[in-house]
Amino acid sequence: MDLNRRLFLGAATAAATLTAPMLRAQDRPKVVVIGGGAGGATAAHYIAKDSEGAIDVTLVEPSRTYHTCFFSNLYLGGFVPAESLGHSYGKLAGMGVNVVHDWAVGVDRDAKTVTLAGGGQLPYDKLIISPGIDFVEGSVPGWSLATQTMMPHAYKGGTQAELLKAQIAAMPEGGTYAMVAPPNPYRCPPGPYERISMVAHHLTQSNPTAKILIVDPKEKFSKQGLFEEGWAKHYGGMIDRIGPDFGGDVVEVRPGEMEIVIDGEVEKVDVANVIPAMKAGRIAELAGLTNDAGWAPVTPDTMQSREDADIHVLGDASQQGDMPKSGFSANSQAKVAAMAVRGELTGSKVFPARYSNTCWSLIATDDGVKVGASYQPTDDKISKVDGFISQTGEDAALRKATYEESLGWYQGITSDMFG
Amino acid sequence: MARRSPTLASFALVLAAGAAIAAEDIGDADRGAELFYDCAGCHEVGAGAVNRVGPHLNGIFGRRAGAIEGYPYSKAMARAGADGMEWHLDTLDAYLENPKALVSRTRMNFDGLPEAQDRADMLAYLRIFSANPRDIPEAEPTARADLPDLDPAILAIEGDPEYGEYLSSECTTCHQRDGGDGGIPGIILWPAEDFVVAMHAYKQKKRPHPVMQMMAARLSDEEIAALAAYFATLNP
Ligand SMILES: Cc1cc2nc3c(=O)[nH]c(=O)nc-3n(C[C@H](O)[C@H](O)[C@H](O)COP(=O)(O)OP(=O)(O)OC[C@H]3O[C@@H](n4cnc5c(N)ncnc54)[C@H](O)[C@@H]3O)c2cc1C
Ligand code: HEC
Ligand code: HEC
Repeated sequence: MDLNRRLFLGAATAAATLTAPMLRAQDRPKVVVIGGGAGGATAAHYIAKDSEGAIDVTLVEPSRTYHTCFFSNLYLGGFVPAESLGHSYGKLAGMGVNVVHDWAVGVDRDAKTVTLAGGGQLPYDKLIISPGIDFVEGSVPGWSLATQTMMPHAYKGGTQAELLKAQIAAMPEGGTYAMVAPPNPYRCPPGPYERISMVAHHLTQSNPTAKILIVDPKEKFSKQGLFEEGWAKHYGGMIDRIGPDFGGDVVEVRPGEMEIVIDGEVEKVDVANVIPAMKAGRIAELAGLTNDAGWAPVTPDTMQSREDADIHVLGDASQQGDMPKSGFSANSQAKVAAMAVRGELTGSKVFPARYSNTCWSLIATDDGVKVGASYQPTDDKISKVDGFISQTGEDAALRKATYEESLGWYQGITSDMFG
Repeated sequence: MARRSPTLASFALVLAAGAAIAAEDIGDADRGAELFYDCAGCHEVGAGAVNRVGPHLNGIFGRRAGAIEGYPYSKAMARAGADGMEWHLDTLDAYLENPKALVSRTRMNFDGLPEAQDRADMLAYLRIFSANPRDIPEAEPTARADLPDLDPAILAIEGDPEYGEYLSSECTTCHQRDGGDGGIPGIILWPAEDFVVAMHAYKQKKRPHPVMQMMAARLSDEEIAALAAYFATLNP
């Protein structure tokens, strides 16, 4: 239909529509996107789709398959198969995105080039960085990346979730699964607690005398009332949480001995799921975009780095204001950045930014809850406008509908990211 | 037919006094019984009523939408019930005026009763078959409203599809561009008017659902029109 309409349009419009794709590749403005996750894939998708060939888009991502962290807890609970979490970049490539499977190891902001681990250099007019998170070394004494197979975090995509699931399955009868929960700010505020719910669901069936221990440096956590209500209802007695008032913030681990030391007390555990403190993915730091806290500050209306207007930082790595670090947020921010980038490079219309987020969590079979908010740019940050959260005491029909909605959302966001 | 405001006024008074609402306060039940011929092809009501094309309507007041066990409701009606929608004067009035405005994808193939008085009389009649003793106060004392309250000028707004395309990116995180429904309904290729009405029902909080109420709350009338124009022609 589009084609027909274009063919019959007046000559002037037709020429305008047709010039862009006819430009030779080297004449087109270049956008490089580092990271093919919730933020980066969405940005590459929207720029390619909406610029209709007028912009040369390159996506740099080491993995051929992106494994979503979202829904990885449902995989631990046995609600979705591992394969359902993997997504490839084939459709984006089909839309004209050059997908380069490599690591970005440096950014030369003066020359405006990205250096790849494989040795190549990619020139850019605009750079978008959405590398997700890395862990703060030393934040849990005794833990390092070298011990991540003994004490998995399962907090980044890839094989960690499968490893954690295998370790839980191998727990002795009546054994202990312990989680060291992260301090704020971290990706997916309800994520650790949804994980606890899913591990409890799994253990209730396979190992009902097992224990779950949460060692938490935070006083309070996301959707706490909803989770605690659900845990009491579905998993009575299985879950214990040690907060900072009982030393949950003074913790050390001994991976070799499978021990967790909480404020001097030694606990022997069978599975230790250590989720350390987080910071922006390392490439943001290498590009000189991060602050002392380890995150990359951005302007609220375009997600441009405060350090460099030709670079946009999206998702978990950015420090933008009120939005939680979530896949939904990264996806929402990516669309705003994509529009701003197209506006600058091709003069396309730019509308006022608006953002939103909703995070669903599954507590038990058909017992879903959600929290969400809408946001807008204000002078110094992205600010919350309006929000909602599921209520305690909701009936089963509503909780089931909420869970089913989350399945719809997963299909929606993954096709919004990968085409 | 003109609306009879005296009926509405006395209705409000009864409510204010916290007293019971009898069928007589709603409308003319005898006339409603005649009008029920419009519904009888699909619904039964009264002693021994059973489900037919549509569910039986005994006890409809105060009942959750889509709540009769075993009746094959549409996904949309089941969803409305799960979201917490109950049948009271206001929701029934809105559903009968334009079924698809309140429950966009309802299976009820009925254009609606455009006249307020017809709906009032119909509801007076149905009220007789709800709750015994029948003169209990309404579970949720809300005045009868035409839902959603839409100025015809709002329906007449010509949406800008280009703006709609931009705004749509906020929707497609949940609503798939290809119209697929894997737990969240498809919203493409709807007649623009139905779309506008559905969005205003959320915006006015007449239709339950926290996500959609929040999304709609910050959309202006022009923005809703723009989205309707864009999604109406989105061809996956
Ligand atoms: C257990 C769990 C549950 C979650 N549940 C939800 C949920 O229900 N809803 C929700 O909205 N969010 C959820 N999240 C959060 C969500 O996964 C993240 O917030 C989101 O993925 C952030 O997107 P991003 O683009 O910032 O980073 P990511 O999606 O992590 O993407 C970063 C990508 O960049 C690549 N990369 C990193 N460095 C480089 C480099 N130097 N060169 C090239 N590529 C690089 C990585 O390989 C990766 O693919 C959950 C997270 C976890 C851990
Ligand atoms: C062509 C058939 C048809 C006609 C005519 C019809 N209905 Fe319906 N009605 C249905 C169907 C089918 C449903 C179930 C809708 C769904 O699942 O979406 C329904 C649902 C309803 C409900 C909601 C019931 C529930 O349990 O939630 C009410 C109330 C209702 N109809 C009232 C009426 C009234 C009053 C009339 C006449 C003015 C009428 N209907 C005319 C078919 C019809
Ligand atoms: C966070 C997920 C989410 C986002 C974002 C979202 N929606 Fe929805 N939408 C839903 C859900 C869930 C429903 C079903 C609600 C219900 O039960 O009434 C829905 C219902 C609807 C309906 C009614 C569908 C029907 O079959 O009755 C319309 C129309 C709609 N949305 C439009 C939009 C528009 C336009 C936007 C963007 C401005 C949007 N939605 C953004 C989740 C979302």
